[in-house]
Amino acid sequence: MRPTAPLLVATVLVAGTALTACGSDSGSDPDVVKVSYKQSMDNSVKVMDTYLGEMTKQFEKANPGKKVKLVPIKAPDSEYYTKLQQMLRSSKTAPDLVYEDTFLINSDITSGYLKPLDPYLNKWKEWPNFIDTAKAAAKGEDGKTYGVPDGTDTRGLWFSKALFKKAGLPEDWQPKNWDEVLDAARTIKEKVPGVTPLNVYTGKPAGEAATMQGFQMLLYGTEGVSTGADTDPLYDAKSKKWVQGGQGFKDALKFVETVYKEKLGPDVEDALDPNFGTTVRGSLLPKEKLAINLDGSWLPQDWQEGAGHEWPTWSKELGLAAMPTQNGQAPGKVSMSGGWTWSIPSKAANPDLAFKFIETMQTKANAQKWYIANSGISVREDVAKDPAYVKAQPGIKFFTDLVATTHYRPAFPAYPKVSVAIQEAMEGVTTGDASVDDAAKGYDEELESATNGEVIKK
Amino acid sequence: MKTAHRGGGPRRRPRVLRALPLTPAVLVMLAFLAGPIGYCVYLAFTDLQLTGQAESSFVGFDNFLDAFGDEDFLNAVWLTLVFTVLSSLIGQNTLGLGLALLMQRASKAVRTLTGGIVITAWVLPEVVAGFLLYAFFKRDGTLNAVLDWLHLPTQNWLFALPILAVSFANVWRGTAFSMLVYSAALNEIPKEIVESAQMDGAGGLRRLWHITLPMIRRSIGTNLMLNTLQTLSVFGLIWVMTRGGPGNDSQTLPLYMYEQAFQNSMIGYATAVALLLLVVGSLFSVVYMRLLRTEI
Repeated sequence: MRPTAPLLVATVLVAGTALTACGSDSGSDPDVVKVSYKQSMDNSVKVMDTYLGEMTKQFEKANPGKKVKLVPIKAPDSEYYTKLQQMLRSSKTAPDLVYEDTFLINSDITSGYLKPLDPYLNKWKEWPNFIDTAKAAAKGEDGKTYGVPDGTDTRGLWFSKALFKKAGLPEDWQPKNWDEVLDAARTIKEKVPGVTPLNVYTGKPAGEAATMQGFQMLLYGTEGVSTGADTDPLYDAKSKKWVQGGQGFKDALKFVETVYKEKLGPDVEDALDPNFGTTVRGSLLPKEKLAINLDGSWLPQDWQEGAGHEWPTWSKELGLAAMPTQNGQAPGKVSMSGGWTWSIPSKAANPDLAFKFIETMQTKANAQKWYIANSGISVREDVAKDPAYVKAQPGIKFFTDLVATTHYRPAFPAYPKVSVAIQEAMEGVTTGDASVDDAAKGYDEELESATNGEVIKK
Repeated sequence: MKTAHRGGGPRRRPRVLRALPLTPAVLVMLAFLAGPIGYCVYLAFTDLQLTGQAESSFVGFDNFLDAFGDEDFLNAVWLTLVFTVLSSLIGQNTLGLGLALLMQRASKAVRTLTGGIVITAWVLPEVVAGFLLYAFFKRDGTLNAVLDWLHLPTQNWLFALPILAVSFANVWRGTAFSMLVYSAALNEIPKEIVESAQMDGAGGLRRLWHITLPMIRRSIGTNLMLNTLQTLSVFGLIWVMTRGGPGNDSQTLPLYMYEQAFQNSMIGYATAVALLLLVVGSLFSVVYMRLLRTEI
């Protein structure tokens, strides 16, 4: 190749791209509502795609002449938000409806990416059916509501009855404190070699799963934390400041350290694989390679018919136990809740039509269909009471009951950074690079910079 | 110079006219090249975020000060230097020269075969190369299979020695470029000089040190500079193989920048880091230019 050849090729390519960019129409059609959502990284999981496809049909039938364009974003959790936020910045790319995790919604509200929905909600007859905590999930600091939640989730311990039997542990296991959880894992390690006794998500690769399914399920069960917003161990609502890591924080880190130091958890290398969650759901649990898994209520969505890893008998093979508090103190169990909401970007071209699509998805029948399809926990009283919902799936009652003792994250704008700081602290004790004290100290320092010094020192 | 004088006054005006057709190109360059760079420089002095903030504001040098106070940033600078020195200066450069020298003597068949293999590695897209080497180094990958077969101890390379693994990957991928540059340079050396040195009884090593290396000095400088700049900006390869992990053990500056910009949403800060990366690149360039200048 002559030296000028690559230059020529590059020039042609650049010119080509520039021309295509000019040619494509970025304007929006008033009859088309563009809906962005997170598509599963696992190709065989099509729960949301199927559901939205059905909603599209209903919507287009009920609104002749209107069309729905689904814009799936296929990315791991952390990159989904990045892609979404980049889309939300410009009216050329902003969709009309977006699927937002409640942990990031306040951040996006502060940025002015989302539209307040109060004018729509006030007129909407379904809104009073939503429970109050769920209504607050997408509330900005200005008191306006920016999203319609489509369910919540709770967390607990999933365990393999077969492995418990082999280890001589009870099949109706319900640990009363942390030590009992660790002891069960130790028993399994001793009696059933070759399986992973206990999985607690950890480290930066696991992202928010590490913070929420892992760390916070421990932290919110430490001494001094009771159910209720005023005893949040991460954030002080009164002074609007973040709280440095205290004894509870260290105890939770200690638990993580114990799991990985005593090799009760997965191999550190596996635990720090960004796709470990998929492995847990897709193969470890169904193949009886993992005895206890601290995880969310949504797991069965991967095991349903048509979901790719069908496992119709899971409810006979897996047991469910609530995560106990540290020393068994009241209320005895702990759970964390999050969930996703449908929101309308402030730069959406067709907000009215977008809300109409929300209305289609949130008729009682459709909402119920969705909860059952994605193993979601209802945030609507009318659905929660419906015997068809309660009986639809094993486990739904267990996880719906946990709502009474659940906690919500302090999902303020600094939260995503605080979450990363927690993941780093966890990773330190998981790999053994940092002692519990050093990791907690590292967290305090990160917290200081993540929140611009809005910190209460312990 | 002389022609301009000879032409005298009348030639001046057409010269201005002759520049006219260039104007669109210059304007395009300003808009698409200088524009974004200027915007980046501006962003580096703001606290712009991707989310979590209504308005961004001017913060002066805060981003730069923050960077130097951040252990993760210093760690990334250090790893970038290690990565560059290992894979570019030592790996690609030396290996490329070695291959070029060997190929001078090889038969045409060997030359074509070796050249083919090395260049295949080079033309592969970065991400594909990343996946190939990920498969090679991972715990149940090719390397460990071979080691196991030889009854040698195995380990998870990407976990135990991540920066070495990605450096090796970069050598694997980038050596072809050096080889091509050096092959061209070696062909330029007049045969007579080599022959007369041979007549004077200079051995192979002597000829390499006293004739070949000085004569291709300029190519060495150019090659080092291009290699280094290319290596400093390697992102896809490392991202695919380790994502900068485990922990931050293979997080070079481009990965650190990505994390700050798109995972922590700190666009302003990440842009400042990008400018610092530019500084690192220019420092290397200055050193190489010096090498070049003494020759000319």
